[in-house]
This record gives sequence, C-alpha cells and structure tokens, in this order.
Amino acid sequence: MRKVSGLSRFNIASLALGLAFLYLPILILVLYSFNASRLVTVWGGWSLHWYRELFNDRAMIEAAWMSLRVAVASATIATLLGTLAAVALSRGERFRGRTLFSGMLYAPLVMPEVITGLSLLLLFVALNAERGFWTVTIAHTTLTMCFVAVVVQSRLGSLDRSLEEAAMDLGCNPVRAFIAVTLPLIAPAIVAGWMLAFTLSLDDLVIASFTTGPGSATLPIRIYSEVRLGVKPEINAICTLVIALIAVVIVIASLASKLSSSQGESAAPL
Amino acid sequence: MSSRRIFARPARFAAIAPYVWMVLFFLVPFAFVLKISLSQTAIAQPPYEPVFDLTAGWEALRAAFAALSIDNFKLLGSDDIYVFAYVRSLTVAITATALLLLIGYPIAYGMARLPKRWQGVAMVLVIVPFWTSFLIRIYAWINILQHDGLLNQILLALHLVGQPVVWLSTDTAMYIGIVYSYLPFMILPLYATLAKMEPVLEEAASDLGARPWQVFWLVTFPLSLPGVGAGVLLCFIPIVGEFVIPDLLAGSNSLMIGQTLWLEFFTNKDWPVASAAAIALLVVLLVPLLLYERLQKRQLEQGR
Repeated sequence: MRKVSGLSRFNIASLALGLAFLYLPILILVLYSFNASRLVTVWGGWSLHWYRELFNDRAMIEAAWMSLRVAVASATIATLLGTLAAVALSRGERFRGRTLFSGMLYAPLVMPEVITGLSLLLLFVALNAERGFWTVTIAHTTLTMCFVAVVVQSRLGSLDRSLEEAAMDLGCNPVRAFIAVTLPLIAPAIVAGWMLAFTLSLDDLVIASFTTGPGSATLPIRIYSEVRLGVKPEINAICTLVIALIAVVIVIASLASKLSSSQGESAAPL
Repeated sequence: MSSRRIFARPARFAAIAPYVWMVLFFLVPFAFVLKISLSQTAIAQPPYEPVFDLTAGWEALRAAFAALSIDNFKLLGSDDIYVFAYVRSLTVAITATALLLLIGYPIAYGMARLPKRWQGVAMVLVIVPFWTSFLIRIYAWINILQHDGLLNQILLALHLVGQPVVWLSTDTAMYIGIVYSYLPFMILPLYATLAKMEPVLEEAASDLGARPWQVFWLVTFPLSLPGVGAGVLLCFIPIVGEFVIPDLLAGSNSLMIGQTLWLEFFTNKDWPVASAAAIALLVVLLVPLLLYERLQKRQLEQGR
C-alpha cells in the first residue's frame, strides 16, 4: 500500500516557513530593545539604556499600572461570569431565552471591536458614568467573559458526565456534586480562561480607547500614540516587557493546570 | 427523574448573573447605538441631540418619534467616502481571507501530518504568538518594514533592489499585518478538522490510482470544508471592521469602515454618523455573524 500520510518535504517546508513567519518579527523586536544605538536599524552593541529611559517615563509607567489593574479585575470577574455561563449552557439542558443567551455569548468573539467599543461608550454616556478604571473594566469583562465561557464550555462538553451522576447517586446534591467532582475537573480550563482574559484585556486598544476617560490611558493607548509617531527603541523595550510578562503568565498557568489535572489532560488554550 | 435532569435545575440558575450582565452591557448598548444613529448631530457635550426622554410623558414621546431622522443613513449612502469605505472594507477582507486560507492551509496540513506527539507542540507554537499583544505584533512589523528597516537592508545587501522600497503606508504592508495577526485563527480550525480525518481515506484514493494533487483536491479538501468555513468566518468578520492594522500600516488615502467610524467619532466628534456607520457595518456582517453563531453552537453544544 502506498503511504501518503507521512510527512512530505512540502509539509516540512510549509511548517518551517510558517513558524519562522510567526516568530521572527517578535524576536527582532526583542533584540532591538537591547540595542545601544538610537537608530533602530543600526546595531550598536548590547545595552539596557532604553529600559532605564522607560522607567523614567512616568506617563508610560502609569498607563502600565492602569492596564495591569484593569486586566486583573476584568479577568477575575470575567472568569466567574464566564464559568457560570458555561455551566448553564452545557448542563442546564433547555431553558427559556437560551438561544438569545448563547447568541450574546458567541457574538462578541468575532464582533468588530469598533462596534463593541462604541456601543458601550454610548451606554456609559447615557448613564452619566464617570469614565476611567471601572468603565474599561466593565467593557473588558463583557468581551473576555465570552472567551472564558467558550474555553470552559468546551472542557465541560468533553467531560464524562457519569462522574457527576455517580456523585449524585451516592447522595450528593447537585451543588455538592458540582463542587466536589466537576469543579476540580474543569479547573485547568478555568485557569486557562483567566489567562486568556488577562492577556486579551492587556492587549486591547480599541475598546479601551472608546470607554476610558481623559487622564486614564491604558498601556496600549499609550503605546499606540507613540507608535503613530514612529519607531522608538523605548517602545521596543516596553513591548519586550509585556511579552515577558505574558510569557510568565503562560508558564505559571500551564504549570498550574498540569498540577491540577491529574489525568495529564491539559485544557485547550483557545 | 434522572440525575442529569436534577443537575440541570441549579445549572440553569448559574445563567442568571452572566445573562443579566450580557443584556445590560451587550444588548442594551445596541439600542443606544440605534437611537443615536437616528438623532441629530449637535455641537454639545455629549455631541448629539437626545431624541427621547421617557420621563416626559406620552406626548413628548410621540413628538420624539416624529423627530427621528434617517439623515445619517442618507449621508452614509450618498457620500462617496462612506460608500468607498464599505467597498474597500469588503475587498480587503475578502482578499486577506483568501490569502490567509492559501497560507494557513499548508501549515495546518503540515501540522496534521506530524507524528502525534509533535502535533501538540506545533499547536502550542501556533497559539503562543496569539497571546502576545496584537499591537506589539503590528509594531514588530513596522520595525521590519520601515524605510531603513531590516527588509530593505536585506534586499539592498542582496542587490535585489537598487534603492530602499517604500513598504509602510502601502496595501502590501497592511496585508502582511493582517495575515500575520489572523493566521492562528485560520490555522487552528483547519488543523482541527484535518487532524480528525482518517488517513486511510487518502491512502485508499492513492491506491486506486489518484495522483497526489487529485487525492488532495478530491478527498482531503472536500472533507476539510467545515474547518475552512470556520476559519474563513473567524477571519473575515473581524477583518471587515479592522481599525488598528490599516491605521498603522496602510496609507491614509483610502480608509476602511472601521477607520471612518473612528475618525467620525474621535476627530469629527460626530457621534450620530459614527453610530449610523456602526449599524450599517453590523447589517453587512449580519449573515456571516449568524452563520458563525450556528457553527459555534454546533461545535460546542453537540459535542465534538
């Protein structure tokens, strides 16, 4: 029998080129953040000069702090609400308004951010809410809880439901069965969901631009206004720090999910 | 009563909090967009003339309905800037999605052909860039594509060009940025369907005398269509409304709809027209959005 399922040279080439395409730009960005030269294109030797410059940039530090707080707060609320939504959708069988509910949860995943941002801002203006930390946090929660719901729901869908049923047959009420059996099993997905929500919030420019108020810029807003003026090694430095932070979050979260999933099955990160 | 049904009752209660949240912060805001898109522009803070005030009683409400205007939508239809912006958004989204499919398919196919234990590693490698900031990834390309950036330096060193090529502020740069940012969204659904496919099917076709391209075109590709559909929708819908990438990488002489919306809102402070542009964008995306929702639901709720 002729075997066609092995790796062909074409398969290897497309994989290698694809991964190079995904990673090279980021590596170059990181490399040039350590460049001594002001010219982004000339290599002037290794230096931490741009990091020192960065730490003297008060506006940038403040924006970074704001972004971190928003990311932690919104990711935490989103994880709570998203997990509840996932439980309702995958275990609630039929209930009134279910179609609308799932529709509202899946739409923001692909909805252009300009629409989500604009609509939330109009709501906040109509409510006369003071724009700043809380409005951005609410906006990010609305977006990211949908991602959490999808991650947790796909994990719940792949669980063996007979485990929950066995717990109930042995006398647990549904809430206890959920806490004792289901929750530990979906914990890796919940951790992955929090992580995803955190990075999405840290990343968002468009929705934050609409929903924040004067004087409370987030890090992406700050970076965006600098990037529009051109390439600066200082921006490479702050980008490198953000990448490092996200890398740490990913490593911690994947360790956590390894520890908590005894079967060694890790949650799908998307 | 089965324990499954008993479990379902408290599970339904779990829906209350997220339900209320989504109605408040996702559904209700659209009502405001609709309302403001039908109101008059005003030079004030907030910059629109409110059309109704529920506290003012029935008479006022009727007067308010009479005052609703579709002027903003008429403007969208008659002003070339907007018409061009919609046409351009759709052209860019279709072209970029086609490019993504063309580039993403071989990568996903390669991943699905890897030995099982390497497939997980490859998947993580594809997902990780998606976790790093979107803006940072675009900025990384500005580094490379600028006048004296790495790409021009390499091209000059290889004597492929006589003088630096202008990359930034061109459609080429924009397409590079879009493909770069959305590639994981195309690869993952494709990989998911390709990995589930039985290799026996391809082998059978090959044994029956099909050439490799025939095997691909007659067996592999048709079977991967669900993944193609998911990848295409996952890329197409957000690209139509894309703002950051065209803003930073493309030239400013032809705008996409996301950019005109942003401009109307932040620069011209014309909230009613911006809202009308948002509603029109939503109408354009309605069919792909509904298709996507059905797909997502099928995938998540009927088990995979």
